[in-house]
Amino acid sequence: MVLIFIDIAEDGNVKKSSLEALTYGAQLAKQLGVEAQGVVLAPATEDLSALGKYGVSKIHQVKNDSLKYFDAQVYAKVLAQAVEQSGATVVVFSNNTDGKAVAPRLSARLKAGLVAGAVALPETSNGFAVKKSVFSGKAFANVNITTPVKIISLNPNAFKIEEGTGTAEVVELNATVDAPKVKVTAVKKQSGEVPLAEAEIVVSGGRGLKGPENWGILEDLARELHAGLACSRPVADAHWRPHNEHVGQTGGAIAPNLYIAVGISGAIQHLAGVNRSKVIVVINKDAEAPFFKAADYGIVGDLFEVLPKFTEAVKQLK
Amino acid sequence: MKILVCISKTPDTTAKIAFTDNNTKFDTGSVQWIINPNDEYYALVRAIELKEADASTVIHLVTVGAPDADAIIRKALALGGDEAIRVNTESQDSFTIASQIAEVAKQGSYDLVFLGKETIDYNGSCVGGMVAELLDLPYISLATKFELNGTTATVTREIEGGEEICEVSLPVVVSCNKGMAEQRIPNMRGIMAARTKPLKVVEPVATEALTSIAEFSLPPAKAGVKLVDADNVAELVRLLREEAKVI
Repeated sequence: MVLIFIDIAEDGNVKKSSLEALTYGAQLAKQLGVEAQGVVLAPATEDLSALGKYGVSKIHQVKNDSLKYFDAQVYAKVLAQAVEQSGATVVVFSNNTDGKAVAPRLSARLKAGLVAGAVALPETSNGFAVKKSVFSGKAFANVNITTPVKIISLNPNAFKIEEGTGTAEVVELNATVDAPKVKVTAVKKQSGEVPLAEAEIVVSGGRGLKGPENWGILEDLARELHAGLACSRPVADAHWRPHNEHVGQTGGAIAPNLYIAVGISGAIQHLAGVNRSKVIVVINKDAEAPFFKAADYGIVGDLFEVLPKFTEAVKQLK
Repeated sequence: MKILVCISKTPDTTAKIAFTDNNTKFDTGSVQWIINPNDEYYALVRAIELKEADASTVIHLVTVGAPDADAIIRKALALGGDEAIRVNTESQDSFTIASQIAEVAKQGSYDLVFLGKETIDYNGSCVGGMVAELLDLPYISLATKFELNGTTATVTREIEGGEEICEVSLPVVVSCNKGMAEQRIPNMRGIMAARTKPLKVVEPVATEALTSIAEFSLPPAKAGVKLVDADNVAELVRLLREEAKVI
């Protein structure tokens, strides 16, 4: 059986990256000829039986107040019990912020091999090999998992969500739940913005924008495209934009369908965080900017003239 | 206060990525090695800042690797570690590395274990969580701020579209993200001092890898950029909609 960890956001909704994990897990189960089931730990406001449309037949739900906030230590112990009680042989996570904390703990707890950051379904005809991105997107590795229980965490945006028509049976799972040692005292969400890691389109600015006061023209384009906002390292270092918008080697790594880089030269460290984007557009007045070599589409021009026209052209589509 | 900072040796960002032995091994032939940037800029520098705020703090560094990792750990000592430990074994997978680090951590009874959010070679983000589990300690991943008040830490961690602020009692394992500290350059005094700082070599404990790399591959080459005239931005929008189908 393939068990999929369903991650719940602070507002009680299932995270988009978990819908990708559900679709991935359901397709893997089909490939293996077994059932796909889900497990939910945090309180959810959604009707969980509706998650059956992603291909799971059953959802295990653990109801306990101690699970309201994510704590990797508590969650790993509960998930280990879920694996044992359900007889799962593969566990699927999203490689999102929670998945990065809990999947390794579960792996160590169960001595179950983990491939973190999978980008495709495993090859299962001869063993169990999972493809993942390595060397900051410059290569791939096929990684064999040799243990009886296998764990995969799927990179956000690496797998398309597919919806069918089924419903899932929701069953309560009895598990021992410890009191969390990590106490969450505040959650700050950037309201009205598209979370960067989940964004299908990302608009990103660099030093070419000349100052934080010019970000409005980038925000206008992002709003029209329903895109997440990002920036290059010098911009975050100069405190023009918050650190959580920095994408690149030492910032966040993202893989949107469309990445629009504006006024960014494209240093190799920046590319390392964005080169898994499916389509890259570069707007830069310097025709020699290295980013043009990695781009699919480009405009050599003054961004202060190009961006308003870009926003206007997108508006015309509607 | 005793802090253990985990240091990994990674290929320089600009290194050319190539493979040998029928694409089963990374070609290290002409690679320049560096301290994994997330370990250096964020984990180690934040530990150094904590030591600067409280002089009684001791920083130990740990790396898992063969003798060729010594140069890297000396560089980390030059930045400000007090003592280094190298577990004398080639790393196999995240679990074997985590098992060795957990053993060192058990022996040293540390209040804090810091490491970078991920290594820039295998991009796993796995070792911190595994170390925490093996030590049965709380784990805070992707920390962007870390403040200490006696034996309680206030940590800000990245979540999708925002941040979460948490409190935790020591000991704790923390993976460090951008925002924790600003990169520093080792000075001559640090480099000279690092030469005489202790670098202990310990033998590994027996562990078994849970995964193995079957094969590497390179992504297909890009077709090349399609340039659109700056006076015809509408054409770019048309291409993104009709050709690339991304808007």
